[in-house]
Amino acid sequence: MKVSQISTFIENRPGRLHAACEALSSSGVNIHTLSLADTSEFGILRLIVADPVAGKNALEKAGYVAKLTDVVAVEVPDDAGGLTNLLAKADQAGLGIEYMYAFSTSVGDRAIVIIRFTDPDRAIEELQKRGINVIEAVKLLKT
Amino acid sequence: MLLRENWNDTGQGFHPVSAPDYLPAAQLRELQLRRLKAVVERAYEHVPLFRERMNERDLTPARIESLSDVSRLPFTVKTDLRDTYPFGLFASPMSEIVRLHASSGTTGKPIVVAYTQEDIQVWSSVMLRTFAAAGIHRGDIVQNAYGYGLFTGGLGAHYGLEAIGATVVPASGGNTDRQVMLLRDFGVTAICSTPSYFLHLIERAHDLGVDLRDLPLRAGIFGAEPWSTAMRDRIEKDSGIKAYDIYGLSEIIGPGVGSECSAQDGLHLFEDHFYPEIIDPATGEVLADGEEGELVLTTLSKRAMPMIRYRTRDITRIITEPCSCGRTIRRIQRIGRRSDDMFIIRGVNVFPSQIESALLAVEGALPHYRIVLKRERGLDQIHVEIEVGPEIFSDKVSAMEEMHDRLAHSIERITGLRVAVHLVEPHSLPRSEGKAKRVWDERNDEQER
Repeated sequence: MKVSQISTFIENRPGRLHAACEALSSSGVNIHTLSLADTSEFGILRLIVADPVAGKNALEKAGYVAKLTDVVAVEVPDDAGGLTNLLAKADQAGLGIEYMYAFSTSVGDRAIVIIRFTDPDRAIEELQKRGINVIEAVKLLKT
Repeated sequence: MLLRENWNDTGQGFHPVSAPDYLPAAQLRELQLRRLKAVVERAYEHVPLFRERMNERDLTPARIESLSDVSRLPFTVKTDLRDTYPFGLFASPMSEIVRLHASSGTTGKPIVVAYTQEDIQVWSSVMLRTFAAAGIHRGDIVQNAYGYGLFTGGLGAHYGLEAIGATVVPASGGNTDRQVMLLRDFGVTAICSTPSYFLHLIERAHDLGVDLRDLPLRAGIFGAEPWSTAMRDRIEKDSGIKAYDIYGLSEIIGPGVGSECSAQDGLHLFEDHFYPEIIDPATGEVLADGEEGELVLTTLSKRAMPMIRYRTRDITRIITEPCSCGRTIRRIQRIGRRSDDMFIIRGVNVFPSQIESALLAVEGALPHYRIVLKRERGLDQIHVEIEVGPEIFSDKVSAMEEMHDRLAHSIERITGLRVAVHLVEPHSLPRSEGKAKRVWDERNDEQER
């Protein structure tokens, strides 16, 4: 149920983000969604890609430091209150969230939220118990 | 049998050449005095600069009657070698000189050093003693990753290894992927390189899927730059070898001036060839054994280019206590710093080794770093750039910021100075394959940043 996310360290210098994306594209790794956390000196790029292992290798070959982390992909209705409902349930279950980002495949349909929980295994169990649709990696990557 | 016990038994063979390591002190002092008188006479006769300096002091070689008279002789400094470039300090005619070496010359003209056939023999013998002290013997396969060429490291180590009867793999410096392949495929048991290059090699081997701990490699003979105890611990842990420190400098002979033994507790100086003094670097006054100061060396047997009281700029102290290995030649403490490398910032003396220890104190931090000194709005600032490797990288910003702060606090705790720490991408800092350059002083660059 967990989804493998690539994260990589990007210095705040012109061209570095571009070079990282190019490393992925030249290896034929398709990016489904991403999030860039930035500080004044560096950024951490997190990516959900079609083939995480190939993506990690491509980045390391290009000289980047990269790692794979388990995250959880959750489906929510793409309307007002969709995310609030999810977060309310995560709170009820006492789940710790490190960070999150979201994307929707088409307007008015469903949105997918990628969440880095402190404990992804417990998060999946608790959310499913509360009727939240946790998406499998295979299904997610088809969207 | 007695000789075997008293001489240098390395387990699989002993080396009569190592006998001077075990000379009784009185006999050693007698030998040193005899050689000192001869070398002073030789330099006086053949080296004009030395003769002039002796004359200025109303000194003649005949006035050198005891070892303590060394302190009356004039110093030789690095600029003397530059000022007399290329051959001005040679005491032998070119017809007797069989080899020239030269420094890399990062600060202007290189310095040139020369060897007669006898000098090469002495050099081979002290390198043999160096390797013997590190337990290298016939049957060992030794990869020599010191640069071959004008730099003394490569050939110096090579001759010593051949003399001891080990199998030499003359890999020279650079081409790290090939070095890893040779280490693995040849079943190499010992390696010679600079310590910083070996760290780079461990890192590269890891990238290539080779764990050095799984190889027969058991010893490393590292020198040509000061390195910290923390760095040694790191090397020994990550590669599973014993890391020995060796000491030498081209001006004196090259590698082979001193070396660690199995005790790894200070470096035995080959005193029968190199006479040590410790001086106060500011006043030039000779300090007592045990006191820390600048190491000054006199070559007792060099023929082509005798060096009288050469100021090494290396800071150390002489250890007089006997060593557990049984060698009678005295030791010097490992050289963690050079009076040259030191930089002064906001009136505080800082050594790169302090910053290195601070980085290593933070678990997981690899010592790929550089120190950049800048002048910002009239104030001197230290910037320390540290590469983010897999050990310290996290997908969480909070964890990265915490790591950043831990590194900065560790440096501040050890140096007492505020520093700006910058986390940079792996492999983004310049790598050296010879001596590591750690400090980049941009304070006097025209463009202020």
